[in-house]
Amino acid sequence: MSLLAACLDRLARLGRFLWSAWAGLAGLALIGALWQAGHEAYGDFILTAPLDTLAAAARLLHEGRAQELLALTTARALAGFGLCALIGTLAGVAAGYSPATLRLSRPVLTLLLGVPPIAWIVLAMIWFGPSDMTVAVTILISATPVVFVGAVEGVVTRDRGLDDMARVFGAGPLRRFLFVSARQISAQLFPALILALGSAFKVAIMAELLANAGGIGGALARARAMLDIAEALAWVSLAVAALIAVEYVLIRPVRAELERWREAAAPWGVKR
Amino acid sequence: MSLLELNRIGHAFFGRTVLEGITLTVERQEIVALVGPSGSGKSTLAHIAAGLVEPREGRVARRYLRHAMVFQDPRLMPWATAAGNIGFPLRLSRAPRRMRRRMIGDAALRAGLLPEDLGKYPSELSGGMRQRAAIARALVTDPDFIYFDEPFTALDVALKRRMQDLVIEAAASARFAALFITHDLLEAIRISHRILVLDAGGRGIAGERLPPGNPGTRDEAAIFALRQHYLTADPLFAHIHDIDERLRP
Repeated sequence: MSLLAACLDRLARLGRFLWSAWAGLAGLALIGALWQAGHEAYGDFILTAPLDTLAAAARLLHEGRAQELLALTTARALAGFGLCALIGTLAGVAAGYSPATLRLSRPVLTLLLGVPPIAWIVLAMIWFGPSDMTVAVTILISATPVVFVGAVEGVVTRDRGLDDMARVFGAGPLRRFLFVSARQISAQLFPALILALGSAFKVAIMAELLANAGGIGGALARARAMLDIAEALAWVSLAVAALIAVEYVLIRPVRAELERWREAAAPWGVKR
Repeated sequence: MSLLELNRIGHAFFGRTVLEGITLTVERQEIVALVGPSGSGKSTLAHIAAGLVEPREGRVARRYLRHAMVFQDPRLMPWATAAGNIGFPLRLSRAPRRMRRRMIGDAALRAGLLPEDLGKYPSELSGGMRQRAAIARALVTDPDFIYFDEPFTALDVALKRRMQDLVIEAAASARFAALFITHDLLEAIRISHRILVLDAGGRGIAGERLPPGNPGTRDEAAIFALRQHYLTADPLFAHIHDIDERLRP
């Protein structure tokens, strides 16, 4: 009975989500229109028509090599993202609970954020050569601070009253963390994770391009060398599509599941 | 043997002594109301008794099996439904899953929540309903001692009285003892067997009064007359409405 109700609730949510895709489609159509206008103003060489770009992307996908490259870049980005999510979350939670660690890590963070990602790519290239490691390390260094800060915020802004409540009812430190604090931390952590995932993809492609490590970045470099605008734009579209696919398959469902209560609180008609 | 015994409890916040030499006992199935002016350290005392705050001096002897607490704010987890919140102590005490649903339903009913409210999130419930859920959460494990830390201060007068009746009924049927912190004298008289008055400066218990009869059997006129008598003629309650809001809690 309750299982059925839960399934129906999920289905309703999925339906609402799919229905909201019309708004997304309208936004995409707007971008397409601007793109087309730019194409008509500046010509094929500067900006290929959107339809031609789509055709080029489809051709790349059908030729087979594109899927391989997409998979390679996605795997690299996900590996870097996974690493940075793990390390950032663990370190952030630890620092959130220990003010001394937090005070120590603040300047480190400022320093890390101050170094441009491009510098890390150069260093990683020297250390690891054009390999997966270069990409992973660059992602790790450039995306971890965001996750770290999200986790720290989650710990620091948690409702301590709920901690006391759990303690009165007999929860030890571990179960207080698992049952009460973890949920509050995740609310702050998810936006940070989504941001980190996006930057993982961007940094992966940038690192590939500069380190000549293959993947989409490598293909992009080749398209630039050949001055093939249609192909370059096609690769960009494919990369964006991959990012969106990963975000909506991997992170959004988990977040929606954890934040069901927030949706319940929204008045009717405001539900997204 | 008293269920709860506080012996010469003292505590300080930021170097300022808020409690000193507090000794009190609560007997089996007895509801003790602790009244005192705002800022006299009533809540701190409840938190010390419940083990949330470590006292700077003194001893706490807890001889009950299981306690629960109703806080001033409901303190419900916003991400869990009413049923999830009420069942939280069961989850902590590792009660078998099969029994949980029935126990949650029972406790909710005793606190005046209907089965259809159980699936709602706290943000979908009104203030009174949230406090009902908090009371149900305190009742669900069948504790033999419940701390009430000014639980109805934020509610309006009608709702407050309904909640008081609810507590009186629950105490009569479930036979728990309670330490009921309040600064509302009327509430203290309605709900308790014994009223303790905390010294305005937190230096010991100033005294105690036993309202005649049992909670739930006193009629409203008598309760009101007793309150008037306490406030006008009894020196023990002279400072009960003194407030210094600049003091820290």
